[in-house]
Amino acid sequence: MGVGIQVEHLNAWYGANHTLMDITLHIPANEATALIGPSGCGKSTFVRCINRMHETNPIARVTGTVRIGELDIYADVSPVEVRRRIGMVFQRPNPFPTMSIYDNVASGLRLNGFRNRRVLDEVVERSLIQAALWDEVKDDLKKKSGASLSGGQQQRLCIARALAVDPEVLLMDEPASALDPIATGAIEDLIHSLKGRFTIVIVTHNMQQAARVADMTAFFSISKGGEGERWGELVEYTTTETIFTNPADKRTEDYVTGRFG
Amino acid sequence: MPSRYQPSALHRFRRIAANQLASALAIASTVIVVAPLVAIFAYLLFKGASSLNLAFFTQTPKPVGEPGGGMANAIVGSGILLALASAIGVPIGIGGGIYLAEFGRGTRLANFIRFTADVLNGVPSIVMGIAIYALVVLPQKHFSAFAGGVALGIMMVPTITRTTEEMLLMVPHSVREAALGLGVPNWRSVLSITLKTASPGVITGCMLAFARVAGETAPLLFTALGNEFWSTSLGEPIAALPLQIYVYAISPYNEWHRLAWAGALVLILLIVLSVALVRYVTTRGVLKGTA
Ligand SMILES: Nc1ncnc2c1ncn2[C@@H]1O[C@H](COP(=O)(O)OP(=O)(O)O)[C@@H](O)[C@H]1O
Ligand SMILES: [Mg+2]
Repeated sequence: MGVGIQVEHLNAWYGANHTLMDITLHIPANEATALIGPSGCGKSTFVRCINRMHETNPIARVTGTVRIGELDIYADVSPVEVRRRIGMVFQRPNPFPTMSIYDNVASGLRLNGFRNRRVLDEVVERSLIQAALWDEVKDDLKKKSGASLSGGQQQRLCIARALAVDPEVLLMDEPASALDPIATGAIEDLIHSLKGRFTIVIVTHNMQQAARVADMTAFFSISKGGEGERWGELVEYTTTETIFTNPADKRTEDYVTGRFG
Repeated sequence: MPSRYQPSALHRFRRIAANQLASALAIASTVIVVAPLVAIFAYLLFKGASSLNLAFFTQTPKPVGEPGGGMANAIVGSGILLALASAIGVPIGIGGGIYLAEFGRGTRLANFIRFTADVLNGVPSIVMGIAIYALVVLPQKHFSAFAGGVALGIMMVPTITRTTEEMLLMVPHSVREAALGLGVPNWRSVLSITLKTASPGVITGCMLAFARVAGETAPLLFTALGNEFWSTSLGEPIAALPLQIYVYAISPYNEWHRLAWAGALVLILLIVLSVALVRYVTTRGVLKGTA
């Protein structure tokens, strides 16, 4: 089951650039939450702070607290443990190119030392079913490489790979932006079927997509300071319906009605 | 919209001519590259094949004047030297490459190691032989297979280190992120994902280094020394194909010249065979259809 995410006073930097300014955001458990906003406002940075991928960049820095359930992920656990509990799906499908479909899905467990064949078989099947890919690949699980699938299938393979380690949260950074409309539809259906069991955070630049899949939506924007500084901040966070029909902030309204550049 | 552009006859002729000229040049360069290889191999076959018989592979050299004899001890000796060299050169070389690409990126130590590797790559092999003579043979007070293996092993390191580094750097960032994002510790991700993804190139680097030292004579002159008799001990001087070829080739005897040709042929065949074998073993089970 999923857990809620409490983000308090989160600040993130790349080198000297203050990228995210004082973000406080409570993401509910087992729902889908969308992050929208103009390019460069820090949506990717924000989700990477939630699973501590941000700090894999040597110039990156972060302050503030992030809790999943009762757990303070920056104080109580190692980054490796955090990433095991919080799965991530990237913008471009990134299956392991030298591995079969089966090995891709099993990789998270295997790389953590898990070897039981019967359990692995079960987990691979369950994860591929959850990712709505099982029927398309079940006959060549070990014969075909992950890289031989279509882009949409690769992305669902990456989702299956993330689900196989049984995460509580699934972060998706524009998971459909490299895909055609049919593959995008498949991913959106998948998100619908996954929420309820996992907490899903999805970054999207496509507002229809946010409207279709998300219960809550957060709008991020870029603010500019006096000496050419730019930083991303949270402008408005409420139900998806309110964001699109009755936004409280002028900037949100401009963005969702397309008046924003 | 269909194109309305109609090239004139002259234009068409020039395009076709240019195309054919380019093809001809490409074929010619291929022939120029391949021809010496084929020629060398054919000449070796011509000169050496007639002296190849069972005795060549089963007997040790006969004293001067006695006909027959073989290079069995040199074949086994080369095998032992190369096994020892690979046991030293491959792990150190790959380890160094991993350090340069994954852990030491941008550090001063990494730059120093990279520079050292490049210098080492340019050191003449005879100098490597003398260095190992001074560092291993003199303190031990005798020539040995061990010293020869060390000399060849060190010579393998820079090639393997630099190819490993380059191959690891070619692995896309997204692949590393995928592994880290699954909650895999960094060291594990480097070994099981990045290195594995880069392994075809890394193996090629190892084979290049192997094939290069397999034919080296100079680093063995003051280390392994050579041996007319059977020896498989690491502590004793040991025979090696390149050494034996060298000794026979500069001798004044026709019989020995023929054996030298045969030895050269066997050396090349063994190198080709071991490279092919490693390729076969390491690519078995690799999936086809990888994008
Ligand atoms: N690896 C990085 N190094 C330096 N700056 C970065 C890096 N990644 C992103 N940034 C900067 O951080 C800001 C936010 O980027 P990002 O989180 O990718 O925004 P979004 O996903 O909303 O488009 C941008 O100004 C971008 O230039
Ligand atoms: Mg982004």
